[in-house]
Amino acid sequence: MRKYTPKDNVQAKAYYTDRFWVAPRVPREEVEAATHFAKVVAALGSLAKETYIEIGQLVIHINAGENFQVLKTLKEQCGYTQCSEQSAVDYLAKDGEFELFYQLLNIHEAKRVRVVCRIKKDEAIESIVPLFKSANFAEREMFDMFGIKVNNHPFLKRIIMPDDWEGHPLLKTYPLQGDEFASWYEVDKIFGKEYRDIIGPENRDPARIDRYDTKRFSRIGYEVPFGADISKGETKQPIEYSETFMTNYNKSSKQLDERK
Amino acid sequence: MQQPNKLTPFFENLNFEREDNTMVINFGPQHPSAHGQLRLVLELDGELVTKAYPDIGYLHRGIEKMAENMTYNEFLPTTDRLDYIASTSNNYAYALAVEKLLGIEAPRRAQVIRTMLLEINRIMSHLFFLATHALDVGAMSVFLYAFREREYAMDLMEDYCGARLTHSAVRIGGVPLDLPAGWTEKLAIYLAKMPEAIKMYEDLLTENRIWKMRLENVGVISGEDALNWGCSGIMLRGSGIQYDIRKEEPYELYSELDFDIPVSDRCDSYGRYRLYMEEMKESVKILKQLIPMYFETEPQLMAHAPQYISAPKEEIMTQNYALMQHFVLVAQGMRPPKGEVYAPTESPKGELGFYIKSEGEPYAYRLKCRAPSFFHTGLLQELLVGTYIADVVTIIGTTNIVFGEVDR
Repeated sequence: MRKYTPKDNVQAKAYYTDRFWVAPRVPREEVEAATHFAKVVAALGSLAKETYIEIGQLVIHINAGENFQVLKTLKEQCGYTQCSEQSAVDYLAKDGEFELFYQLLNIHEAKRVRVVCRIKKDEAIESIVPLFKSANFAEREMFDMFGIKVNNHPFLKRIIMPDDWEGHPLLKTYPLQGDEFASWYEVDKIFGKEYRDIIGPENRDPARIDRYDTKRFSRIGYEVPFGADISKGETKQPIEYSETFMTNYNKSSKQLDERK
Repeated sequence: MQQPNKLTPFFENLNFEREDNTMVINFGPQHPSAHGQLRLVLELDGELVTKAYPDIGYLHRGIEKMAENMTYNEFLPTTDRLDYIASTSNNYAYALAVEKLLGIEAPRRAQVIRTMLLEINRIMSHLFFLATHALDVGAMSVFLYAFREREYAMDLMEDYCGARLTHSAVRIGGVPLDLPAGWTEKLAIYLAKMPEAIKMYEDLLTENRIWKMRLENVGVISGEDALNWGCSGIMLRGSGIQYDIRKEEPYELYSELDFDIPVSDRCDSYGRYRLYMEEMKESVKILKQLIPMYFETEPQLMAHAPQYISAPKEEIMTQNYALMQHFVLVAQGMRPPKGEVYAPTESPKGELGFYIKSEGEPYAYRLKCRAPSFFHTGLLQELLVGTYIADVVTIIGTTNIVFGEVDR
């Protein structure tokens, strides 16, 4: 039987996991009363679905539809004036959802808050660019990498990948070496589609070795003529070194004593 | 509009015929002053920039994707390629995030060595900034002098870890090597030289009329804008906001060290240049304090956490159980607990943080590298509008962006 490989997550997986192994969890602490974080939670009120402190930072789970309202409250009432990072995590294989996070910083209290929300596969999220301009690039990158649409973004366009790229590279369904489209992208760009048969798909795996390749220095120990077809077997051609001619001075004709 | 065919190819650099009489030009991606692969599409009205659009991605290598397909220790050398001017700061930021996830702390000697390496990297990076920025603005000799001192710093790094640019000198849980014999003496000699060198750069530039004319009131960012655009590091402190992660959210030994955070409220390139010079002096001060601290520490270099971190080599070679654990850790990789962490550090460029989402697997479920240069590049689209084209180079130089971490 063919080995089962899941199609919804093609990233590297542990080759062996103990049957009884259960991953522990990083401890989550309750928000203690009369701290800065308690005030933040109080300011949000019912907007916060779940709050806890994980590794020194407050994590707030919210509804995706209320992200603008929550971040506005955090910025204007709690002093979180910088959005230092914004991106997403792909949970499509497990829950059919993306998890989005906004990493905020309060420079007066030196505290950090992470606002987390979840959206379904084809849902869009409201842009927070009117609040934090740093989200301009961050949301574009999220759109580029995950295909998550952002409503009311001033310029939602691919940022890192080329404009005519297909696919979203950080999805779990996207293989590390790129998909079919990726392997033809540069061939089509540089040579044109009509050269596909001659050039062949691009090898995007730097560790891949083609057994019958005689063009890319992959033959070690044999010398094969460049570009020769060796798929039907190859003739043995051990490396020939040039002979070293050594002069035997003992019986050479150009000995000094012969000139005498 | 151009009608390209085989005889008259499409010149994407030039787009002359427009109704509003503006010109669109490409700045880069191969411009020597673009500090890497930055393509800036500029719309010009005469010499005035009316619109700027930074186009990035020419150095994209999918480092975040690679992180999802590599075990935690495998990925560490890849972080060198983010900010390749100061590699150790990336290694450290990543190692710190994983350590926070694991809940371990490096032993004291490793902390001293890490802080030393971080500060040497800061000096290297700032010297590189100074050299290239001065070269862009037109001061050739500063470039030569600054690269000379940077070369000495790189020699120190080479003595320690064998590499000059891609150091990988930090490991998750500590450092791999102790300082070689005589290294601290060499460092002390270097630190004795540095103040003179910094004074020489300042003599050459600080009161230089051309330098001041080119930098003063160029690239003005208000404090509010700096926060709004996600600026960090010197870009933030150059706008009058005193926020240094080393002081405010201290990591490693920074809480024990005596140093100052220079702040400038000039908000322009000149103020930022002054901050770079002051920060180098502070780094020298920190390094001087670290040398005696090193000799007070125990020789342990890696944290003791057998579940996650291999035992020292002697134990692996002599003790069966240490060997077994080493084998499992190398073959399968460590499995941090489920959870997520965001660990910010103050890299020479600004706030470098790694967000790691772990699902308890040997592979990170998601790793996001919060690179300071990425956000500083985003700022360019607003900062460049209304400036003259001659100042574009100065402004790119003053943001100190490195494309390894912009494109990742």
